[in-house]
Amino acid sequence: MTLADYRSKRGEPALPEEEHGEHAEHHPGALEYTQIGLILAFITAVEVGLYYIDMSHTLLVAVLIALSIAKFSMVVLWFMHLKFDNRLFSVLFVGGLALTFAVFIAAIAALRGKLV
Amino acid sequence: MSHAATGHLETSTGIDNKKLLMWLFLASDCLFFGSFIAAYLLYRDRSLVGPYPEDLFDIPFTSVSAFVLLMSSVSMVLALSAIQRGNVRGLQIWLFATAALGALFIAGQAYEFTEFYHEGLRLDTNLFGTTFYVLTGFHGAHVTIGILILLSLFIVSLRGGIQQKDSLTIELAGLYWHFVDIVWIVIFTLIYLIQP
Repeated sequence: MTLADYRSKRGEPALPEEEHGEHAEHHPGALEYTQIGLILAFITAVEVGLYYIDMSHTLLVAVLIALSIAKFSMVVLWFMHLKFDNRLFSVLFVGGLALTFAVFIAAIAALRGKLV
Repeated sequence: MSHAATGHLETSTGIDNKKLLMWLFLASDCLFFGSFIAAYLLYRDRSLVGPYPEDLFDIPFTSVSAFVLLMSSVSMVLALSAIQRGNVRGLQIWLFATAALGALFIAGQAYEFTEFYHEGLRLDTNLFGTTFYVLTGFHGAHVTIGILILLSLFIVSLRGGIQQKDSLTIELAGLYWHFVDIVWIVIFTLIYLIQP
């Protein structure tokens, strides 16, 4: 018995692929994709503009990272459809990102100051 | 009951295994690039001899490259949107546009590498050179593979091999392409814009 059959027998409302199909109908259209693309281009222009503004380095780093996360999230949620797709894909990808971030922080913390 | 009638796939998860595999690959590729970015950040200010990042980076030029790759993501998602509506001609136009923008990005990277080489930065010049070329070189290799995939799909579509029912194939190629874009979003910010 597949997981899909099991969920169906339990009377659960939507099988994963049905969820996908249901949401697939709500995927954005060409206009919305273009609007998101324009927002991404605008954020990139703001990032580059900030690079040339004389401001506190700590503040600059914080703002640039925030803008980068915003761009990253928009591409992943809309262009890669994680906002509309099965949650399992989000779990997998966010799991991979979390593991990457953990390794990243561990490497920086463990090795900074100990390298020649 | 058939797959078409039930609307779900007969896999243990009820979702397409190819798509699941692609997301697993992308999750693992995060670690691949995360490791190289961590190595770059650890080593970039430990070079004993120049040239150093501030001597070489051309932010306006790299900003244009970042913009080009970002726009290629837009054209990629428009290609998927076109085939999901059964518009094969639209698919072909947007696939080719995406491959062309990707090629433009790679041309920019080749120019940048050549400039850096002439400025004295080689793979073995210093720690900055080693970590920078390895990180951005692997990203460029990913983009190049993506371009080859897109051109293959473009040729197959010209021969009538891609129809509306095959939109998952375009979606998988799109996932890969958007992934190389988000990796560049991170690289552009952490490597180019944020300097010690």
